[in-house]
Amino acid sequence: MTAAERPWSRKDLLGIAELEPWEIEKILDTAAAFEEVAHRPIKKVPTLRGKTVINLFFETSTRTRSSFEIAEKRLSADSVNFSASSSALTKGESLVDTALNLQAMAPDLIVIRHAYPGTPHMLARRLEAGVINAGDGAHEHPTQALLDAFTIRQRKGRLAGLKVAIVGDIEHSRVVRSNVHLLTRMGAEVTVAGLHTMMPAAMEALGVKVVHDLDEALEGADVVMMLRIQLERQSRMLFPSIKEYFRLFGLSAERLARAAEDVIIMHPGPMNRGVEIASDVADGPFSVILEQVANGVAVRMAVLYLLLSRTDGEAAA
Amino acid sequence: MTARGERGESGGPAAAGRPPRREPPGRLLVAGGRVVDPSQGIDETADLLLEGGEVARVDERIEPADLDGDDVEVVDASGLVVCPGLVDIHVHLREPGQEYKETVETGTRAAAAGGFTAVACMPNTDPPIDHRAVVESIVAEAERRGYARVHPVGAVSKGMAGESLAEIGEMVRAGAVAVSDDGLPVAHPELMRRALLYARHFGVPVTQHAEDLHLTGGGVMHEGEWSTRLGLPGIPGASEDVVVARDLILAEETGGRYHVAHLSTGRSLELVREAKRRGVRVTCEVTPHHLVLTDRAVSDTGFSTDTKMKPPLRSEADRAALVAGLADGTVDAIASDHAPHHRDEKDVEFSLAPFGILGLETTLSLCLDRLVHAGTIPLGRLVELLSSGPARAYGLAGGTLAPGSPADVTLFDPDREITVDRRTFRSKSRNTPFHGWKLRGAPVRTILGGRVVEV
Repeated sequence: MTAAERPWSRKDLLGIAELEPWEIEKILDTAAAFEEVAHRPIKKVPTLRGKTVINLFFETSTRTRSSFEIAEKRLSADSVNFSASSSALTKGESLVDTALNLQAMAPDLIVIRHAYPGTPHMLARRLEAGVINAGDGAHEHPTQALLDAFTIRQRKGRLAGLKVAIVGDIEHSRVVRSNVHLLTRMGAEVTVAGLHTMMPAAMEALGVKVVHDLDEALEGADVVMMLRIQLERQSRMLFPSIKEYFRLFGLSAERLARAAEDVIIMHPGPMNRGVEIASDVADGPFSVILEQVANGVAVRMAVLYLLLSRTDGEAAA
Repeated sequence: MTARGERGESGGPAAAGRPPRREPPGRLLVAGGRVVDPSQGIDETADLLLEGGEVARVDERIEPADLDGDDVEVVDASGLVVCPGLVDIHVHLREPGQEYKETVETGTRAAAAGGFTAVACMPNTDPPIDHRAVVESIVAEAERRGYARVHPVGAVSKGMAGESLAEIGEMVRAGAVAVSDDGLPVAHPELMRRALLYARHFGVPVTQHAEDLHLTGGGVMHEGEWSTRLGLPGIPGASEDVVVARDLILAEETGGRYHVAHLSTGRSLELVREAKRRGVRVTCEVTPHHLVLTDRAVSDTGFSTDTKMKPPLRSEADRAALVAGLADGTVDAIASDHAPHHRDEKDVEFSLAPFGILGLETTLSLCLDRLVHAGTIPLGRLVELLSSGPARAYGLAGGTLAPGSPADVTLFDPDREITVDRRTFRSKSRNTPFHGWKLRGAPVRTILGGRVVEV
């Protein structure tokens, strides 16, 4: 059976770690079908009419939340936004109680972003509604990895066999973990590079090569993914100054010369220009950073559609 | 039921379901069991006679008819193991101050249900056990309502603030058996050095929850493959090891007695092993959960907060090293670190949940199933680790069936199949990762001061 023929059965998308390759393919193929909606004069299809989606964001987010919201609206779902500042959590309500209250309003799906790993998993166990993890601490950000894979596939035509370098604060990045699971599962060769002070204890166990030198990571790379460096990490003894960081791991046009001729440069955003990436690289001919953002909407439409059409299937049975 | 080696007989009015304590205990004959007493090298089918709250003797056959008088109560122990009452030297009874989690009454009832006749309770109560009055109040409460002996552990420093020594001598006079600042470990090297020296006057060990809180940082699980996968901040093994290493040097230099609480890493175990070889006065305990679970459990349970405790569940290599330490004698005791927390406190995001799980009602079954039946250690060694080992580490009178010792006895069935069901726990709390586990071996009965305890 091809990925297209196999029926989707998950209620939740909590991480890439639990996905099988055919499920990843199915999401990417479905996203390809939704991509053209963005180019229609009326950017809307009735697919999820009557479905209610709650965007529950406990961390500030511009890109991811807008992307989900646009995807929901383009599919004609009714979407509601909750953010930490307006939620009951600031009044001392527990997260479980907040979730159960939302559940009582009978939503079909909850998209959650939270600072702590495992929070979407905890909610998924309690809720009848489906749950999409839109980022849980440094754990996973599955839709980001899916949109990254979609972008790579669009540019390169494949994932298998590509050399991918992921550079930056590996330890605190959910984008890395989701990307590593997805790319290694689909046959890419992944190298992660960063300071010793921002590299998790056992990164090799995830099936990647670990290096501590940018040039080594860039050598022959087909894809270079730069990660945001959070400036506040300086105070936690992880690195002494931006100047020194950029000299060690900042991506400049000059250093990029080591990569493959048709390399693509990616960044999940938000970027710190001049910290992890020089402006001429970010805005240069190899950059696909804005394509990633555009593809995010199609990929999220695909995920929303698959999770919610599965619910339909059950109701009909 | 508290002071070391003494058996209080006064007690308050005996409520229904508790051992009647008004009259001195009569004679109890525990007949036909497999008596296992590592302190005397006994492992044989025999009868055990208890008299006047003390062990009278162990004999191949004791006929009730041959005994004077007709007041002999007989407990049939055929098919059961009969051993010294089990001792857990690391529990949190939460009283005073956090009675919604556990009390002396519920905690000791959980102990008795789990086969324990004595516990040592840690001082991180509210107020902390840092002066005589708190020791006395716990001792008195245990006299009134306890189902097991309670030996308080006093604080090392006033208010457990890590600054000045608490009145250790006063607390020991009132019944404290060790001193520890527990989860607020003694960080200041001078305070640790002084505590080791000062505690020598009273013959009690300084117990350290060995953790460098700076190295732990915001960590919530062991730093390793699984923290890497889950994106949770890690607690490196070094957080424990550097404290154990420093303290062992101080213990050696001062001649003080040092006890490592819930030792969890292979490196710390090696440090203790080597120190013992050099004659340092050090003992250590490990918990059942560190012997049967690893950091992988956090992932396997989908971030269950019942896999969150300190020290954290460590790597498979650490777990294997601890098991080896049981077998080779480096480990002195298995202690549960019974740490009750209310459901509302645990039912939150993993990173926000308090550290700690229950232990008293699962320890014996877990150890029988995963250590003895798994062929890792013989049954006699397990009994030693749960009775004479901990009793020796804290200088307690129990842990033996030698004539004249307290008539505290545990009867367990090494082959009874059970399924852990936390809804039936006597503890007030329910925070265990072992709910639903099928285990072979279970406690059947405890005898405290010569009387069968009804739990």
